[in-house]
Amino acid sequence: MEVDTTTLKEKKVNPVITFLQRIPVIYFVMLLIFVVIGIVQPNFYNSRPFFGFLKRAAPLIVVSIGQMFVIISGEFDLSVGSLITVCAAVAAKVIFNDPTKVWEAFAWILGIALVVGLINGLVTTKLRVPSFITTLGMMLILTGAISIYTRGAPQGGVTDNFRIYGRANIGDSIIPIALIVTIVVIAIAIIIMHYTTLGRRIYAVGGNPIAARLSGVRVDMVKTLAFVLCALGAGLGSILIVGFAGMSSLIIGKGYEFQSISAVVLGGVALTGGSGNVGMVVAGALTLQALFSLLNFLGLPLPIRLTVQGSIIIGAVALAAWRDIRKSD
Amino acid sequence: MSTISGTSRNFFSQVQEIFNRIPNMGVYGVLVLIFVGCLIFVPNFGSPENVRNLGQHSVALGLVAIGQTFVIIAASLDLSVGVSISAMAVLASLMMDGRTSMMLPTVLMVIGFGTFVGLINGLIIAKLRVNPFIATLGTWLILQGFLFSRFDNFAGGVPREFEYLGYGQIGPVPVGVIMFFLVAAGGQLLLSKTRFGYHLFGIGGNQQVSRLSGVRTARTMIIAHVLCGLGAALTAVFIVSRLRAGAPWVGETYTLDSIAAVVVGGAPLSGGIGSITGTVAGVLIFSILNNIFNILNIGAFAQLVIRGIILISVVAFYSFRLRK
Repeated sequence: MEVDTTTLKEKKVNPVITFLQRIPVIYFVMLLIFVVIGIVQPNFYNSRPFFGFLKRAAPLIVVSIGQMFVIISGEFDLSVGSLITVCAAVAAKVIFNDPTKVWEAFAWILGIALVVGLINGLVTTKLRVPSFITTLGMMLILTGAISIYTRGAPQGGVTDNFRIYGRANIGDSIIPIALIVTIVVIAIAIIIMHYTTLGRRIYAVGGNPIAARLSGVRVDMVKTLAFVLCALGAGLGSILIVGFAGMSSLIIGKGYEFQSISAVVLGGVALTGGSGNVGMVVAGALTLQALFSLLNFLGLPLPIRLTVQGSIIIGAVALAAWRDIRKSD
Repeated sequence: MSTISGTSRNFFSQVQEIFNRIPNMGVYGVLVLIFVGCLIFVPNFGSPENVRNLGQHSVALGLVAIGQTFVIIAASLDLSVGVSISAMAVLASLMMDGRTSMMLPTVLMVIGFGTFVGLINGLIIAKLRVNPFIATLGTWLILQGFLFSRFDNFAGGVPREFEYLGYGQIGPVPVGVIMFFLVAAGGQLLLSKTRFGYHLFGIGGNQQVSRLSGVRTARTMIIAHVLCGLGAALTAVFIVSRLRAGAPWVGETYTLDSIAAVVVGGAPLSGGIGSITGTVAGVLIFSILNNIFNILNIGAFAQLVIRGIILISVVAFYSFRLRK
């Protein structure tokens, strides 16, 4: 069979450009935002404000990494926001200002996250309910349940030894504990996704579930595990958020489901699953959080920030999509 | 398990076969079950005024859900309908401001707004190739920013004559219900009898194949989103007539509720399958739920929990039947 070579073009390929084209867009966007922040508010890069920013970004990074597991496996988790609220409220009620109860609170958070993640996973895989619906339903259930549980107002309160994870620094240094926690989470996530069988299977299940199943992968178990990891991320995130904010409220988790999905998608992870990595998600979360800070510095009224946020999200994803199409030429 | 293929002999499986052939049997089955159950167990449920109430409450969700059906069949979705409805309600109420002369221009304006938002969504999704979740989330945020920066409460008001839409009746049937019925019928015809409808199922089922077969995938997708925006506009017109004025939060619940109604009605989010009749059943199921919550005086938070459980259960039941 003759190969038609008339369509092959002799293109002089510049290796630098090829290299730049291979870097996920989000890193450029992230760089851009940080540069703009530097121009608008140069003080941002002094240690105190910058580490403050990292403390604020930590929960979003952790929750987004959790969401990443689910999205790469091909599903969605809309329940993380309400799960965060539930964990925060339970922690407050369990601790009730008694510092000795902090470990019990951690145990409760762990338990609730495990159960919610398991239910999300099992309902999606065994009952064949699309994850959008499952986690939407779970979000309704959790929101309703927590309001009933707290009778409409948050009860109790957390103590300082609970708050340190979100708010304090290591000893007298400038380095926040939250940063260490986040780095550990990132490391664990990288190990799971790239060095364990589970990670490979998550990619496989998201990329082509039928092929994965035919190759012997227990698709249901992998997806359920992804949901559990996501819920654990939400639980950990709630500890960091409550630490940073100081107290829990009934809307403390609000919006985190959309923010975490936005961060993951901004990072360039396909919503259809099967591709992406931890670095992109972290960059996406940082970019989103930096965007919030930038809008703050620009003094824009709160509602307009939403407008800008929306436009940037669309813009970044459109840019990534355009690049993907050009790359395949 | 029996190895006999083809029609079975016994009466029970023959009945089952007949049932399986009726489209949307699953969701209508659930609907009938719930309806009959409520008739029996819930006091006052069957009274004519309650049924009329039921009809009225189905209209608002129903109109936007019909629009959402088109995009979901195309394997897309629209998260911006809720805020769009709120914006249109405020817009309508401000434009009319009690004046009957402004009624027609306002309705035209609202329809223009809704279809415009749909057009933008469609363009972003079809031309910029942005994922529908992200695109409509973005539109949601953009609209919400604009809306909330200018309004935080009810604004303007509708003239009394306009309330006819929300409260009037033709014979025993409320005007809104008639409108809903007409729109639903029109929508179902669009889906099943036109080339557009055919193409819609095509791009929802497999976009690549459709494009290679010559379907103008971008155009179909854009039209689907425009129709969704139109549905939202009709809902906005209706609710502003019911509420007598618009506020920036009135449309909030319609986003997730419309998607839930469509999915419960049998259209999976993966696209390619669905019908208006199914969506109508889904809408009715949710209306009945809201109705009995009110009758039985169930607390707002308990309502959330129950709705969540019912949502998951109904879809699970339906999915299960489909897999068999």
